[in-house]
Amino acid sequence: MALSEQDVLAGLAELVNDETGIAADAVQMDKSFTDDLDIDSISMMTIVVNAEDKFGVKIPDEEVKNLITVSDAVNFITSNQG
Amino acid sequence: MDMAVEASKEAVAKAGIEPSEIDAVILSTITFPYATPSGATLLAAEVGAENAAAFDISAACAGYCYGIAQADALIRSGVSRYVLVVGGEKTSDFISPTDRSISFLLGDGAGAAIVGPSDHPGISKTVWGSDGSNWDKVGMTGSITDFRDGKTEWPTLVQEGQSVFRWAVWEMVKVAKEALAASGLEPEDLAALVTHQANVRIIDEFAKQLGLPDSVVVAKDIVETGNTSAASVPLAMHRLLAEGQVQSGGFALQIGFGAGLAYAAQVVELP
Repeated sequence: MALSEQDVLAGLAELVNDETGIAADAVQMDKSFTDDLDIDSISMMTIVVNAEDKFGVKIPDEEVKNLITVSDAVNFITSNQG
Repeated sequence: MDMAVEASKEAVAKAGIEPSEIDAVILSTITFPYATPSGATLLAAEVGAENAAAFDISAACAGYCYGIAQADALIRSGVSRYVLVVGGEKTSDFISPTDRSISFLLGDGAGAAIVGPSDHPGISKTVWGSDGSNWDKVGMTGSITDFRDGKTEWPTLVQEGQSVFRWAVWEMVKVAKEALAASGLEPEDLAALVTHQANVRIIDEFAKQLGLPDSVVVAKDIVETGNTSAASVPLAMHRLLAEGQVQSGGFALQIGFGAGLAYAAQVVELP
């Protein structure tokens, strides 16, 4: 069953918190991973791999560069769910 | 070459053999500045094994583990008796001060081992391979002929860090698990995990994903030595032994991985 945007956001926030310690409620749709949340490229990749497992969605390397904001990631995951 | 010779002489002395007993010399390197003759032939002569079979292996950061795999096979087949395996690199010849992807991590160094006959196996079956579909993920900014023709500046090392990180952790952990299974040992039998010293973030995430018991020492020589490509695994193991973090006779899971992409892993008895 496909998750809602809110569910994906909540799940992603949990992954960000696990990897970086950033508070889940700081992970909002309009936030940029690097500029606002200060997440570096390596932590980003760990979050991406964990998101693939959590949401059952493949996120290829070429796509990771396009995930600038939280909403980019949420939209990608939501629209690529099986 | 100086570094490789020094490391080799130490290995020969510790092995308690005469250099003339070495019948094969393998130098794993990507930074020897001649297409030919090989670095290994010069190294063999400098070390006193001038009639040994000698060749270079170009397998980047997997080079030393490729060399150990080859030495193991040569001895088991009876072709060789003593093999000198060296990982030696001068990455400083190939870095750009403006490159943000890899240059700041890289160092120079050489590590060497003598592999020889034993009454019990001290090197497990190597698990190795490559992924040439990702040939462009780690490499050089151009070729020597590009440079000759004025198409590029002096070729320097460069990588796509995020892609390499994902592969080096999640794909290489699978290889490490296969190598451990091939050795017949359990995780708690290991004294050490010696990965290629690519960067601390890779080592930390790799160790976390592999999930070895706390009793297994994880080599982090990169903190002092940097990423020395083919030299990183032997240098990291040397530090663990020299600092007494592990004892001779214990087992180490060693894995090299890098440009190619290429990888090799085996479990070895610590010298």
